[in-house]
Amino acid sequence: MIREADDTLTIYERSKPGRRAFVAPTTDVPERPLDELLPPDARRTEPARLPEVAEPEIVRHYNRLSKRNFDLDTGFYPLGSCTMKHNPKLHERVAGLPGHARMHPLQDPHYAQGALELMWRLQDALGEIAGLPHVSLQPSAGSQGELAGVLLTRALHEDRGEHRTKVLTPDTAHGTNPATVTMAGYDVVKVGIDAHGNVDLDDLRAKADEDVACLMLTNPSTLGLFETGIEEIERIVHGVGATLYYDGANLNAIMGISRPGDMGFDIVHFNLHKSFTQPHGGGGPGAGPVAVSDRIEPYLPRPQVVRRESTTNGSSAFFDLDYDRPKSIGRLRGFQGNYGVFVRSYAYIRSLGAPGLLEASETAVLNANYLLAKLRTAGVAEYLPVAYDRLCMHEFVLSGEPMRHQLHIKTLDLAKRLLDHGVHPPTVYFPLVVEEALMVEPTETETKETLDHFAEIVADILKEAAEDPEIARAAPYTTPVRRLDEATAARHPIVRQAMVRN
Amino acid sequence: MTRYTSVTDADLSEMLGTIGVDSVEELFADIPASLRMQRELSLGPGLSEQEVYEELKTLAARSTSAEDEVSFLGAGMYDHYAPALIDSIILRSEFLTPYTPYQPEISQGGLQAMFEYQTAISELTGLPVSNASVYEGPSAVAAAGYVAQNTNDRKRFVISRGVHPHSRECVRTLAHAWEMDVVEAPLTNGVTALEDLTDDVSAVIVQQPNFLGAVEDLTSLANTAKQAGALTIAACDPLPLALLKTPGECGVDIAVGEGQTLGNRLDFGGPSFGFFAATQALVRRMPGRIAGETKDIDGKRGFVLTLQTREQHIRREKATSNICTAQALNALAGVIYLSWLGRRGIVELVELMLQRTAYARDRLQSIEGVTLIHDQPVVREFAINLDAPVQRVVARCQEQGINPGYALGRDYPEYENGLLVAITERRTKADIDRLADALTAAIAAERTTGTRKARA
Repeated sequence: MIREADDTLTIYERSKPGRRAFVAPTTDVPERPLDELLPPDARRTEPARLPEVAEPEIVRHYNRLSKRNFDLDTGFYPLGSCTMKHNPKLHERVAGLPGHARMHPLQDPHYAQGALELMWRLQDALGEIAGLPHVSLQPSAGSQGELAGVLLTRALHEDRGEHRTKVLTPDTAHGTNPATVTMAGYDVVKVGIDAHGNVDLDDLRAKADEDVACLMLTNPSTLGLFETGIEEIERIVHGVGATLYYDGANLNAIMGISRPGDMGFDIVHFNLHKSFTQPHGGGGPGAGPVAVSDRIEPYLPRPQVVRRESTTNGSSAFFDLDYDRPKSIGRLRGFQGNYGVFVRSYAYIRSLGAPGLLEASETAVLNANYLLAKLRTAGVAEYLPVAYDRLCMHEFVLSGEPMRHQLHIKTLDLAKRLLDHGVHPPTVYFPLVVEEALMVEPTETETKETLDHFAEIVADILKEAAEDPEIARAAPYTTPVRRLDEATAARHPIVRQAMVRN
Repeated sequence: MTRYTSVTDADLSEMLGTIGVDSVEELFADIPASLRMQRELSLGPGLSEQEVYEELKTLAARSTSAEDEVSFLGAGMYDHYAPALIDSIILRSEFLTPYTPYQPEISQGGLQAMFEYQTAISELTGLPVSNASVYEGPSAVAAAGYVAQNTNDRKRFVISRGVHPHSRECVRTLAHAWEMDVVEAPLTNGVTALEDLTDDVSAVIVQQPNFLGAVEDLTSLANTAKQAGALTIAACDPLPLALLKTPGECGVDIAVGEGQTLGNRLDFGGPSFGFFAATQALVRRMPGRIAGETKDIDGKRGFVLTLQTREQHIRREKATSNICTAQALNALAGVIYLSWLGRRGIVELVELMLQRTAYARDRLQSIEGVTLIHDQPVVREFAINLDAPVQRVVARCQEQGINPGYALGRDYPEYENGLLVAITERRTKADIDRLADALTAAIAAERTTGTRKARA
């Protein structure tokens, strides 16, 4: 990585009055006085202090910044629960075609048949993968898909004249689950985990009552384990009239193998930026479509993409946006959703087809189990035991607790030392039920050699720590910056460039 | 193997051996047999890269994009020119493919870009704190409502009828879950008419310029809100903010908006980004990621995600929002675009739109059968009434390769034949003249047809 004295200068600090990259097109209409078009009291007094830089400096600035990022195209990224699988390059090419990229969202459906058909086909494919027939592509990300799911649940119960107040989430749930529950106007009730890492069925029975609207479940769980009691969970939850919600963060383990709909889930959200390869962009964009059962369908967000049999010439179907949905929960966002993401995920599903998706999930699970076994044979298990000793699915969770006691380095230290080895660390300190947790998701697109190498690196770091724990505790050393003072940043937040008036 | 996986037969047998199982099948033993799929997914076989390309190209060809017609369609997303340098930067793997920057030491590029983006949004809105992005415009309005509700726990939103219909619908979707009322403030001559508010109003929600293109008097609206102890939320179009009095100067508490116009594609509605900026008082109630400046242990400048105790992964059910993945790459495009425009360029661009929009408004107004819906100042968009069925007029224009704008009737029955016309910098005087000619002809034709029908 480039390191030079000024490599943290911001674009504002590179600015100099008079420089510019933009040249305006010629004004070709008769010009009128500005005051006539926009009265002075409606106008700002000071200009927005945007940078003044020419094109070469902008390009160089952001290229320089890019070199201070680690990314999936550069190295192994086993970030648990994030499914950092390869992002096929074809997807950027097809998403960039003007007939996709330059489509206005309010274009008349007669002039948007390609876009609407693509959305309809993607709905159809996602419904098949989930085992639930009705899909809305609207939600912008997993968390908005969750919100959709809980609001759909509310709509169902209200339609039946029921007023329920609680939503159950297991202790292993992603933070977005409880945050969503509160946002949707319900109280969170936590359900415990049993000795095998499954949802504690007795605790679930005790807490499932007529006030419960929904159980939000990730399966495989965030421990990377399949809920073996899923059939009983389904009976308990439906037995009290609640809905069963599937958080699709971990769908990558079971595509073509088992379907949430067949497990009895009523509502599923997908993370297209996980299982379906939308590049994550350093924090988005993603998309979080939901698939639902027949009884939930009337409440899906507006508008819905539908296929109408053509009545006029009978030649072909007509794809349309259906706004006439009186029981809909309404809109969650503007327009029809993150279409550019749909193009990429649709391309992915077409590239792989049914056999490819199955193979992706099988390989994801194979790679995870192999890496777990390999870490064991590399002697890592003594310090980093797997939290629950079972076959894992597409990811597994280790506990750094013995490592902390015996080698005097924490999970955080291990993660930071991994940075010096050119590997993105696994997810750390999640799930909360595992002390010093390290959540590893290799994904199906990694080679055996990469997995072997990772196991060796971890073993080496532990060996090094046994000799001198200070090395890991002060890591990293080779990154553009070293450990950052997050406490001061939070106490005295500096969230924008300080600038002088000129 | 597919083209994205690499397990050879030799790898497989070695891997299974290390795991200590005989087959991949055994790895799925925890899934009850009754829940295993007994058939293949009905998605067909996989296709080659070339075949997928052809299919996606064929679908693209079946839509009419802003490339294929002269489009005056806006209503929340606009056909602006995005400079080539944006793609050359955001398609770099280092920006395109990382996850959220959980490990700041190897994410300084993304974090610094967020910091620069936040600064640009603060400059445009005149508000001191911006987050690193939310999903898009309309949901950002609802997210601001959530902040207001959590701040004052009041039971009512007053939302202007000049707010984008999608934003109003998003607010209603969530207000229902919070058991809050949503009351609409009407428009008079195109701008919000706000009466005195009761003391149960959580927030007044307005849009600048509003959906009909009119520039609102934000200062006066924010004053009325303040007198009732309510917050003011303004959904703003970021480009016009280069000229308009900032939300901060006007006394607005939260400014949000759709970021598509800042260097992002139309993409049939997304992905774009939403921006979210607020007063200092609300900093710990903001949703989403916020990048902050700090130092590393060697005293070197660096950037981190900060104020994370607001967020779902730490605070769980007490979080200020459930948002996790947002729109970082789109916000990056936004800050690159704003740097490209620069301090003077953004003013020049918006002034050009202002002049061309004024020209277009005059030109269309002079057509027989066209009247203005309001005569308020406008920047890039204005609303007209047609004395002819608007859908049919639009259809006639589109047949000639001109998309004249957005028909208002679905969202505003009171403007049954209303048309919202957007003039970005891509629409030249010649384009506007073509639009005027097409509208003149279409309206005349429809009126003749209408008269003929009436006679018959």
